[in-house]
Amino acid sequence: MSAGTPTAETRDRVSTAARLWSVVAVPLAVIVGSVVLGAAVILLSEPLIPGKAFDPWLWVTAYQAMIQGAIGTPHEWLAGDFHAIVGTMVNTAPLVFGGLAVGFGFKAGLFNIGVQGQFLLGALGAVTVGVWLAAAPAPVAIVCATLAGMALGAAWGFVPGFLKAFSGAHEVVSTIMMNYIAIQLLAALVSGPLKVPQSPQAITYDVGNAAWPIILPPNGHLGILLAVIAAIVVWWILFRTTWGFEVRATGANSDASRYAGMRPRLIIVATMTFSGMLAGLAGCCVLLGVTHSMTSSFGTTVGFDSIAVALLARSNPILIMPSALLFGAMRAGAGLMQIKAEIPAELVDVIQAMILFALVASPVIRRLLHADPRGERHTESAVASVGDSVP
Amino acid sequence: MDITWLINGLYSIPILGLAFQLVGYLVAILPGNAATIMLQATPLALAAMTGVICERSGVVNIGIEGTMLASAFTAWVVGIAVNPLFGNPTGSDIFGITMPLLIALAAAVLVAVLISGVHAWMSISLRADQIISGTIINIAAAGVTGYLDQLISKSSPVGAGEFAAFQPPDALTQLPVVGWLIAMFLNQGPIAMSTVFLVIGLQIWLFRSRWGLRTRAVGEHPRAAETVGIDVIRLRYQNVMIAGVFAGLAGAFLSMEATNSFQIGMTIGRGFIALAAMIMGRWTPIGGFLSALLFAVFLEISQLIKIAPPSGDLGGVMTAVPAQLWDALPYILTIVVLAGVVGRSIPPAADGQPYEREAAT
Repeated sequence: MSAGTPTAETRDRVSTAARLWSVVAVPLAVIVGSVVLGAAVILLSEPLIPGKAFDPWLWVTAYQAMIQGAIGTPHEWLAGDFHAIVGTMVNTAPLVFGGLAVGFGFKAGLFNIGVQGQFLLGALGAVTVGVWLAAAPAPVAIVCATLAGMALGAAWGFVPGFLKAFSGAHEVVSTIMMNYIAIQLLAALVSGPLKVPQSPQAITYDVGNAAWPIILPPNGHLGILLAVIAAIVVWWILFRTTWGFEVRATGANSDASRYAGMRPRLIIVATMTFSGMLAGLAGCCVLLGVTHSMTSSFGTTVGFDSIAVALLARSNPILIMPSALLFGAMRAGAGLMQIKAEIPAELVDVIQAMILFALVASPVIRRLLHADPRGERHTESAVASVGDSVP
Repeated sequence: MDITWLINGLYSIPILGLAFQLVGYLVAILPGNAATIMLQATPLALAAMTGVICERSGVVNIGIEGTMLASAFTAWVVGIAVNPLFGNPTGSDIFGITMPLLIALAAAVLVAVLISGVHAWMSISLRADQIISGTIINIAAAGVTGYLDQLISKSSPVGAGEFAAFQPPDALTQLPVVGWLIAMFLNQGPIAMSTVFLVIGLQIWLFRSRWGLRTRAVGEHPRAAETVGIDVIRLRYQNVMIAGVFAGLAGAFLSMEATNSFQIGMTIGRGFIALAAMIMGRWTPIGGFLSALLFAVFLEISQLIKIAPPSGDLGGVMTAVPAQLWDALPYILTIVVLAGVVGRSIPPAADGQPYEREAAT
């Protein structure tokens, strides 16, 4: 039944190409398949668009517009205009943080669906301190606002982590509840103490000097660089530090790690807190990098997207970057698609859902693609199990 | 005997006074809103039933939220599509039932059963992680309904309307002491009114029938169940799909009985609150129903405080808290319940564990 643990011998016998195929085959097939199915969805939903003749090539127009929105056109590139690519990177950065947050949780066998709430709290912390220090010297303001966002995100992750460790409340339900509480808390603060008094709508002041500096014109902010650094740091923590080893050991087998002298409860709390901190950084990234102020309807799709990013990358911190880039590009291009093809930008959600379904069905796909060489059992890790499943 | 002095005395002690005022406020305001509380409790109770059936047979279903959302959407869309075919009929005298409404309800339930079938396939046959499978259902339901809603809403369509509530005679609802109870259970539409019967039926079915015994056996010790000849895989499939019927009813209730249209994300976490109600009710149908009622009371209080805050000190305290934080109250309560503050409860032993047949030797 089981293929056993990979030994040096079996590793050598399997060719490099086959090993590479085993890693890339499933995600590639899943993405291509989902894009094709997305085209089918566009065709099927066309009759629903009022007052429009049926166009069998609408899906080409839609995808063309999406790609153009995500990377621009050669014509623009020659003119030195890279705003589309930079826009994609700006969309990608928070997804890297969010994907790392979910992926780090997965490594410890924890499913942090609360990225959305931690993201909101991160943004809330950033805007509160950012507005307060809006006139302070930029380095001070930036560092303080970012730290505040990280701290609040971490706090929002700590609560479900603590409850999971010491009372057994399943993190999935409690983090989702924390999401809803975060939405209400944000609405209360933005329409209350943080509101600009004279303003007719609920909106906060601008964060001023606390805004992250632009490193890639026209709008590529510091977060792009920070996201890459974060991915490397998380990889280093997971695979080069004792704590990272303990996290992975707890995720693999909580009982075994306890017998080995680790303390799974503390690791659960620390993991959720760290995961929340990363999600909080995603919130800082959007608030300090893009919006610079907050309305009561502040919120993006980062929370759900992060789950897809982590699952597609199988929680590998380095692979999370290309995975986030894929979703970031789709989100960045969706706007132009909506304008040019009249297909709602929510099509990205549909494609994302199909990618997720296909990933769960990946054992089936794997069999179809013959991408199952001996000794590569680790590849299914992300979808295999996240701790004890009783909520 | 005049005890006003006693009440006044008690009110003057700060915290205790507030507590007394709170009790007084609740006693005064809740019975009058009993029908609305039942309205809030219905989707929670039905969704909790989905949870009970699934988990009793050993499958965790965290995708109830998404299943409800998909059903609510289906009911609305099918209503839009079917209504003109029947010449936009007006509601009949009994619950305002029309043919389009019935078809929409059937479609909503069918979709929920299909989605449950997908969850069953992923978690029983593929043995994928059940939490991830459920989460994907939630994400997919939110995505697909959001996308289609954007497309459909452009032409601002008219749906098939909603089920009407039964109007019990005033003589009954005005009865002293029990009048509000009669209003609570009788001044309802068909789905809410049948919820109580479904819950009781399920309780009997789960604890008094052969099927129920087998279901519980499969949830506690599938290996042992298999040795006495129960087909574990098949029974789990059946139960998860039957459970889907309840999630479908819960979803249809939202867009066909509580309101008459679909809004993006209209389930607002009810599927998860229902899971907490299920846990609090110790995985029994009646327990789940009573817990759902409790959650509904909190949902209702969080609304009432905004409309009709109490007078006096308590009112001062309550209105000082921003309205949005009252909206967060049911979610906070859910976390409190999950944290086991109301006492530990023990799930079925094989809950959430995929079952793998032993190879024949």
